[in-house]
Amino acid sequence: MAGPATDSGSSAESTYRSARIPLLVPTWVMIGVFLVLPVALMAVYSFLTKEMRGGVIWEFSLAAYDQFFVNRGLFGDEPASLEWTYINVFARSIAQAGIATVLCLLIGFPTAWFIATRPPETRGVWLFLITVPYWVNLLIRTVSLRFLIRENGPLNDALMGAGVISQPLALINTDFAVQLGLFYSYLPFMVLPVYAAVERYNFTWSEAAADLYASRWVVLREIVLPIVKPGIIAGCLLVFIPSLGAFLAPNLLGGAKSFMIGSLIDEQFKKSLGNWPFGAAVSMILMSLVLILLLLYARSTARQERP
Amino acid sequence: MTNAVEIRTVTKVFGTFTALHGVSLSIQDNEFFTLLGPSGCGKTTLLRMMAGFEEVTQGEILLFGQNIAALEPNQRPVNTVFQQYALFPHMSVIDNVAFGLKMKGWPLEKRRIRAGEMLEMVHLSDFANRAPAQLSGGQQQRVALARALAPQPKVLLLDEPLSALDLKLRQAMRMELKQLQSETGITFIFVTHDQEEALTMSNRIAVMSAGHVQQIGTPRDIYESPNNRFVADFIGETNLIEVEVEAVADGQAQVVLPGGHRITTSSAARDKGRHHLSIRPERVTLGSPGVGLQAVVEQVIYLGTDLQVLVRLEGGTAMQVRLQNAARITVPSPGDAVGLHLEEGAARLLSD
Ligand SMILES: Nc1ncnc2c1ncn2[C@@H]1O[C@H](COP(=O)(O)OP(=O)(O)OP(=O)(O)O)[C@@H](O)[C@H]1O
Ligand SMILES: [Mg+2]
Repeated sequence: MAGPATDSGSSAESTYRSARIPLLVPTWVMIGVFLVLPVALMAVYSFLTKEMRGGVIWEFSLAAYDQFFVNRGLFGDEPASLEWTYINVFARSIAQAGIATVLCLLIGFPTAWFIATRPPETRGVWLFLITVPYWVNLLIRTVSLRFLIRENGPLNDALMGAGVISQPLALINTDFAVQLGLFYSYLPFMVLPVYAAVERYNFTWSEAAADLYASRWVVLREIVLPIVKPGIIAGCLLVFIPSLGAFLAPNLLGGAKSFMIGSLIDEQFKKSLGNWPFGAAVSMILMSLVLILLLLYARSTARQERP
Repeated sequence: MTNAVEIRTVTKVFGTFTALHGVSLSIQDNEFFTLLGPSGCGKTTLLRMMAGFEEVTQGEILLFGQNIAALEPNQRPVNTVFQQYALFPHMSVIDNVAFGLKMKGWPLEKRRIRAGEMLEMVHLSDFANRAPAQLSGGQQQRVALARALAPQPKVLLLDEPLSALDLKLRQAMRMELKQLQSETGITFIFVTHDQEEALTMSNRIAVMSAGHVQQIGTPRDIYESPNNRFVADFIGETNLIEVEVEAVADGQAQVVLPGGHRITTSSAARDKGRHHLSIRPERVTLGSPGVGLQAVVEQVIYLGTDLQVLVRLEGGTAMQVRLQNAARITVPSPGDAVGLHLEEGAARLLSD
């Protein structure tokens, strides 16, 4: 009885497998051309020698990584020590991206909750409204935000007109402006996965917990948050990772001190003063950081799915 | 003695729809009380108001004499077994069972022991560390029961907890539930639309329809002395025959059947005129023609334990009779003229 059943099962399985290969070709081509190839190119470039006016000379060199990590003084004649300049840029970027992520979570979670608890017919409309601003190019949205919050911009005018403040707020060219820009750029990446998780949440679980003497706050902490956690983590990653490498918001909204990794990389590939191998090396280091984060995430969800 | 639950003329309105119309019930302590009625009659709504998930539009609910209107669900000494179980998916079985104890501030060791005992009681000790998704429907149902019983509520609310189970398991669980109720002494308020379930488990039953309570009584009362057409028809099988009431007094009535035959019967009706008479098919026997109600056999249906005999009374009214398929009975055949004998308690005059 069991024998034939297993046989037919595994042969069906293998037919299925062989049929799958041609279907997967487009995917592999896509991944190869748009993911593996560019990353491989960057990896190779990061180990080449820089050409003075942009571009590379095909000669192996560790100069880019050396520049990132090692400090030999202004003229290269001092004993080697750890170079802090770029590590500090990373640290600041992580802080900025982290704050933007927290802002997105604080606003995005209630928003997602609100949408998921509307009647099913109207949820689509709310989701649509969330995505409408994102039909406009990110550059244009960032410039508009700059216009909106500048010293004599509409925001300050309105606040002064309403008598809330007497002096214009110095918002533009601050870290806060960058955080605001990042928050605004990536909010939907928080709202959508959290919405997907909350939508699948069964509100009878909350009732069952309340029935078993849990207060509202405890229901949130012990039942709701653990159950929608995968959505929250996905949202945080989707906001944090692009924020970390963003360059539009820091370049257009931040001051000289708000320099972030994205700006650093961006600068290396500008025509005349660039250093391609260094830009590539910074990209590789950023990517490794992100990869480590993703691995940690994968491990945490794998643990959760175990019985 | 104060009642465990006292529901006083409770009305519930959703928007423009009235789900409950002035429902009043008294449920005693230690009672196995059942709310029985067809889908949509308001059973769940009533239960949810007791648990605190739904506000009472009008009227009041008392729990051991105390008005609970102002209490949040987590402040009511009432636990619920939900229709779809609602086990917490991210917790193991034992953590589910211990959740209420944790919320009540029991220390870890004590709640482990108690939750373990509860699982033992529902025969699931071996499944303590599984996730709810890894259990069968019947096992999940028992976890839900253990979870609701663990904090020893004063009143346990059960919303059709057996409806998702297959017949065999449902029958076994009926007995287990009934036994659990008498062992723990907790007041059970059990919701079902299955009349057999209600009859076999309950001390008392409230039959509901369309937001009204139709009748409250013991299973025997409800079955043998239904008050109205809805109850007589909903519980068990019956023949409803429109009759003329000639005289009625002290719960007894004299009625004239369509064929002109007169009988005396117990009565829920208080006035003369046209009413419905309920005749239970299993309380009727067939005899030789000339004695009792005259009828002609039209069809005989074999049901295994029973025979269903469809007859037509003189006057043209159709009726069904149930005969136990015992060795000694003579099986009638279509066309036979017979005399029907109504046994004690076969007929009941209804109020509508
Ligand atoms: N939140 C609500 N809003 C509007 N109407 C509701 C709501 N909840 C219940 N109702 C209506 O109230 C009536 C009673 O519902 P209830 O759930 O109490 O029925 P029930 O007796 O439990 O039925 P079932 O056996 O199908 O579970 C139904 O007609 C239902 O449509
Ligand atoms: Mg219901």
